Amino acid sequence: MGKSIVDKIWERHIVHKEAGKPDLLYIDLHLVHEVTSPQAFSGLRMKNRKVRRPDKTFATMDHNVPTINRQQIDDQVALNQMTTLEKNCREFGIELAGINSPEQGIVHVIGPELGLTQPGKTIVCGDSHTSTHGAFGALAFGIGTSEVEHVLATQTLWQSKPKTMKLEINGALANGVTAKDVILYVLANYGIKFGTGYVIEYCGDVIKNLSMEERMTICNMSIEGGARAGLVSPDETTFSYLRGRKHVPKGEIFDQYVENWKALASDEDAEYDKVIEIDGSDIAPMVSWGTNPSMTAKVDGSIPTEAECTTELEKESLARALAYMGLKEGQKIQDIRIQHVFIGSCTNSRIEDIRAAAEIVKGKRVHPGVRALVVPGSQFVKRTAEEEGLNRIFEEAGFEWRDAGCSMCLSMNADVVPSGEHCASTSNRNFEGRQGAGARTHLVSPQMAAAAALNGHFVDIRNLNKVEAL
Amino acid sequence: MTGFQELGGKAVVLDRANVDTDQIIPKQFLKRIEKTGFGKFLFYDWRYKAEGVPNEEFVLNKPENQGATILIANENFGCGSSREHAPWALLDYGFKAVIAPSFADIFKQNCLKNGILPIVLQEEEVKLLIAKGKEKAVILHIDLVEQKVTDHEGFKATFPISDYWKTMLVNGWDEIEITLQLDAKISAYEQANNL
Repeated sequence: MGKSIVDKIWERHIVHKEAGKPDLLYIDLHLVHEVTSPQAFSGLRMKNRKVRRPDKTFATMDHNVPTINRQQIDDQVALNQMTTLEKNCREFGIELAGINSPEQGIVHVIGPELGLTQPGKTIVCGDSHTSTHGAFGALAFGIGTSEVEHVLATQTLWQSKPKTMKLEINGALANGVTAKDVILYVLANYGIKFGTGYVIEYCGDVIKNLSMEERMTICNMSIEGGARAGLVSPDETTFSYLRGRKHVPKGEIFDQYVENWKALASDEDAEYDKVIEIDGSDIAPMVSWGTNPSMTAKVDGSIPTEAECTTELEKESLARALAYMGLKEGQKIQDIRIQHVFIGSCTNSRIEDIRAAAEIVKGKRVHPGVRALVVPGSQFVKRTAEEEGLNRIFEEAGFEWRDAGCSMCLSMNADVVPSGEHCASTSNRNFEGRQGAGARTHLVSPQMAAAAALNGHFVDIRNLNKVEAL
Repeated sequence: MTGFQELGGKAVVLDRANVDTDQIIPKQFLKRIEKTGFGKFLFYDWRYKAEGVPNEEFVLNKPENQGATILIANENFGCGSSREHAPWALLDYGFKAVIAPSFADIFKQNCLKNGILPIVLQEEEVKLLIAKGKEKAVILHIDLVEQKVTDHEGFKATFPISDYWKTMLVNGWDEIEITLQLDAKISAYEQANNL
């Protein structure tokens, strides 16, 4: 029987195995940010413990940072959290991409960008979207602060081996359908807990043909289906993305690494605990209408009705979600009016996302009454976009062009959606209050967000493309 | 963390599915650098109306539910973000156990690491407890060693927990301390793999 990539990575990382206990796994890369780490460092200090491998630990600040006028931080509690991270990194000898660093950005954007993320690595971070790094064929998952402290102190974690799920997407995606729509479609069809207890391996023609950035978008939202990790077996797309990046070895050593990485890919006859097959041609641009990511419909569809619910719990959830969202059952998705647009977050803030949105925005104007933000995922993405003149396209259209950070994905900083208003957002969660108390989030792709910004409501970008083609 | 073998107390019912950690503790309260003091922010947007006025309709604000130490909820409790502030808030408020038909993975781990018992019961059993709890206060007794939940009116259910976590919780052991005893093995692994 063959092995899956999860089996292979797992076996290579077992430090200690004992009956009746989880396995003790070695952690190759520990990413740290300002929000979930201070209590872990305090814990170390209290017990007089050291960071075992500062060289395998990398920190940045992203959740709290302002995306405008960042030299002056008014929120004293947030500022304290940032200076605490600076102090902790200094004291324990950890490299930090601080607020003024050219490498600063969302932790899940800069890890791959700097080549810290590599196939076969075990990667953890005190953030549930750590699953993003799985796009490289790494086993990457989010952890809590107690586990952050454990990894800092020991460079290991006690883990029970998760079940494996193969999610195969074949066929071809229609024009205007993006990686974001793929994962939203999966969530709309399989719900927000289908992945609980599993690591999802994404494969099939559709995945094979995606760029690394697109694969990251899909792996990023694995946790929205309950899976702590999602990954893709590494291939030529992976290797050519990594070649030449800062923390990736160069020359002959790189070639040796590639040979090693190739061997990680799942065997043809690998066995999985669960297999799901999806026809890529059925996927349309998707828009979430409710208060969790599975409450999502095709852009040419409508919000479900109570009559379509099969259980009492479903009925109650629909009623609660519609009351919160200020929407009606059966309402057409394209009739939902929006007042805010957010293009950013660890899901969709990379250069390809910015380029795709810019292409739609070029030469047009943001709809009156809509406030639109572009927040690049890293300062590197920002510089690249500016070199390509993309910032001018957005600014001329009436978008605000910001510095890198998590921003309006969770609105810990000043970028907040006011209560009762609707936001077309390229982020990953539409939970109640996520973008601000009472804020109403609609998850979409960057292209769909850009088109909504120009029209003041959702539009089917497949039709947009047709018009342009004429 | 102090060890325990059993827990007992008043249970409060939050009859909702997919309660995410953004609801358990909203993001504006994640900026503090301590582990304590999060209890007053637990379920903040549900517990309070605008400007901090308590929402009397919310279960935790009802007089009969004061002093509850066990929370009963519906499926997929604790989904979403990995923030450990969620169990810190539950603990600080006074909850020692959460009962639900299922939990999100990261949240469940985070609970165990803080000595909160995440108890998975069968859907029918949780339904029964929810129905009971909606009528009057339910007093539950939880035996960690026997893996049993009971009340005085004949309710009886067993719950799964791994031997590893049972031992950790009963003894109140520090996981890092245990791992550090394997320091030589970790070093050997690092050497063998050129790390």
